[in-house]
Amino acid sequence: MKYYAYKCDGNIAVDDTILVKDIPATAGSKILDGFKPLFSAEAVVRLENKGYKIAGKTNVGEFGLDLVGEFSHYGENDEELKGAAAELVKSGEVKAALGVDMNGSTRRAAAISGVDFLKPTYGTVSRYGVISCAASGEQLGVYADRAEGIKEIMDVIAGHDDKDGTSLRNDKYDYTLSGVKGKKVCLVKELFEKADATVQENINKAIDALKVNGAVVEEVSLDIFDTANVAWQILMTAETCNNVSRYDGVKFGYRASEYKNIDELYVNSRTEGFNFLTKAVILYGSDVLSKNRYKDCYDKSLKVRRVIADKFADIMKNYDAILTPACSKYSYKAYDIKEAFGKVFEESVFTAIANLIGTPALVTSGVQLLGKHFDESTLLGLGAVIERKGE
Amino acid sequence: MNYEVVIGLETHVELDTKSKIFCSCGGHSAANEPNDCVCPACSGMPGMLPVMNKKVVELAVTAGLMLNCEISRYTTFDKKNYFYPDLPCAYQITQLNHPICTNGCVTVKTTQGSRDIRIKQIHMEEDAGKLVHSGKVSYVDFNRTSVPLIEIVTQPDFRSAEEVITYLTKLKSMFRSGGISECEEGAMRCDVNISVRPEGSEEFGVRTEIKNMSSFESIAKAIKYESQRHIDAIEFETEELVQETRRYDDLTGKTSAMRNKETEADYRYFPDANLMPIIIDDEWLEEIKANKPAEVDEKAEDYRLAGISEEEIEMLISNNKIAKLLDDIVAKGCNAKEGAAWILTDCAGILRKMGKTLNDLTITADDLFAITNMVEKGDVNRSAGRKILIAVIEDGADPIAFCKENGLDKKFDESAIAAVIDQAIASNPQAVEDFKSGKTKALQALFGFCMKQLKGAGDPAVIKTMLEEKLK
Repeated sequence: MKYYAYKCDGNIAVDDTILVKDIPATAGSKILDGFKPLFSAEAVVRLENKGYKIAGKTNVGEFGLDLVGEFSHYGENDEELKGAAAELVKSGEVKAALGVDMNGSTRRAAAISGVDFLKPTYGTVSRYGVISCAASGEQLGVYADRAEGIKEIMDVIAGHDDKDGTSLRNDKYDYTLSGVKGKKVCLVKELFEKADATVQENINKAIDALKVNGAVVEEVSLDIFDTANVAWQILMTAETCNNVSRYDGVKFGYRASEYKNIDELYVNSRTEGFNFLTKAVILYGSDVLSKNRYKDCYDKSLKVRRVIADKFADIMKNYDAILTPACSKYSYKAYDIKEAFGKVFEESVFTAIANLIGTPALVTSGVQLLGKHFDESTLLGLGAVIERKGE
Repeated sequence: MNYEVVIGLETHVELDTKSKIFCSCGGHSAANEPNDCVCPACSGMPGMLPVMNKKVVELAVTAGLMLNCEISRYTTFDKKNYFYPDLPCAYQITQLNHPICTNGCVTVKTTQGSRDIRIKQIHMEEDAGKLVHSGKVSYVDFNRTSVPLIEIVTQPDFRSAEEVITYLTKLKSMFRSGGISECEEGAMRCDVNISVRPEGSEEFGVRTEIKNMSSFESIAKAIKYESQRHIDAIEFETEELVQETRRYDDLTGKTSAMRNKETEADYRYFPDANLMPIIIDDEWLEEIKANKPAEVDEKAEDYRLAGISEEEIEMLISNNKIAKLLDDIVAKGCNAKEGAAWILTDCAGILRKMGKTLNDLTITADDLFAITNMVEKGDVNRSAGRKILIAVIEDGADPIAFCKENGLDKKFDESAIAAVIDQAIASNPQAVEDFKSGKTKALQALFGFCMKQLKGAGDPAVIKTMLEEKLK
């Protein structure tokens, strides 16, 4: 497979959905061919200011919409699908990587490669310099091989940024790995059952590790994940459809060579520039925003978002974290892009809720921990124990 | 049959802020060349996020207060989707669901009487850029992109073009005095919704919308043309009226169809997740209220009561700086009518000679009041007062010191004047003789002599009377 869209010399990989000044940024799409950003993402600037060096831009699936990064205009896939940034972290070639968590691709990639990925609480890391798709729930996050590595990077990149209107006011957050003894974790029965045997086995190992270290693990039945996923797919496709509208062949990026008027310039550039999955998302998103569907689709999803947030908060009155799979299996085979929309939708049942309600999620050792807003500390503490199960 | 014209207005006004609505670029008025005032944010590059300009909220609220609106304490932004090359993001950030101001009212007075126009809402939004066409090629200029606008939407309460123009004139002077907008050429643009119905009818007729007009003259002509077209269609069945958007052509004086209801775009409005809801709390609202200039109408009425002419009132309410100067000296005790004359006649005249305008006036309220007060109390006469004013404006002199140094502040009793008159008569025997033989003009020479000796001090009327008495 092809890891880099652009290689330099450094220790931090940056997904191609995040801008680094003067280095081409395409978000894996032909539509942004040749686009060079005039500035770096805030997270990149903060890392560089602390002496970290950018190792290069890692290939991502077009706008991060696919399973793990398989549909990049610039990438190449093996039969077994893997995420570029996750694999580079796993190999030790880079210390950590930055990725944009929007529809689960970063978390799935981390689970498959067996590295950590933290999707932080919404608003804690600046989205300035993220090639935005679904602004209401996407979040810049970190890949590292261990929870300690995540903490190290989060300590640098998190905190208020004036350039992002959704950035929260706090300048500092606590990512200290919490203790595990006495923590209460619940396993979600419905999600556990959706996973295959290898994933289930990993979940059981994680439970053992937590129990050995003094945590309490209980199984619960929770029916909010399917609803959360549908709501998030509606919001995500609508917002993505809107945000990629700016790629129209007029200002930068790819422009079709053949057109007779402005309408043809738009249609031809976008027809040639976007892949099938992005087009499916655009169509789906336009539909849920159309006048006759808005109330039943988009508007209802906004209400569902509030209801789910309330229900989630209720559960978290009794538990410190929720344990779930991050994906249904660890082996995705190459497949036809026409099946992508359905496949991603199915797999996002594990990941969507954190995007929908802005809570943090940590993938570690192939499993996922969901936590309360701003409680990354607990997730990292639990994650560190799960990682060390065999040691 | 008699018909009634029913009109509603949507008025876009460009706000006078230093920077654009969501980025720190200067407004397009600061631009010399196309795409001078453009950054990655307002040209739609990926990775940039909109950050709200607080001043825009404050000016929109001020406009709402002036139009007696309810101010929303919770206000949000929505995205309006459409493709056009002058719209870099392919969406416009505007307000649909929670506009900043609602339910206002403004009274317009015309020759037909006075009418209350209800304001449905005021919302904030960003402007689009411009296309420049040159032969077969078109260019985009993003200088105007993201310049802040407010859109004021009325209910269909107008019944004539005169009412519309009166309303617009009133908005213009309100917004100027409120520091909201200078409403320069093209900075105020109107969409006119118009329908016609038989007089006495409660139902509305078929409505058409005439888009994007900025000259008042065009608006008035377009309303007249369009309402007559509707009446003809109803009365003589010349055509079938359909709900549609039209444009007005200044050259032909006619309107023509742009698009009808069926082909109208679905803008797929939805909330903008990049901009957090804006909460206007009591403290902020009070701060905005405190900074808001007095209501124009109320203010005009005060001026009128003080005996200031309509022409002067017009000048005052369209220039907030000058109005404030007058208000300040009046607060110190100056007579309002006299104060207005000092500013609008004397100061303006002095500045004109210097090749400047009232906008360049820098005199402080304290200095101006010092002069008007000396004149009002009779310490110096008016022409001496004007001399002091010239020194203050031209050279930045201190009014009281200048007055003393130049001997203008002497209290002139009649004996002092009488002594100068005696001197004048003694030194100008020829003039005295001429006067006595009937050449009344000769008095002027004697009067001039006295004034010169008195260095402009003393009341000219008194001097003249005394001089005449003496020569009798």
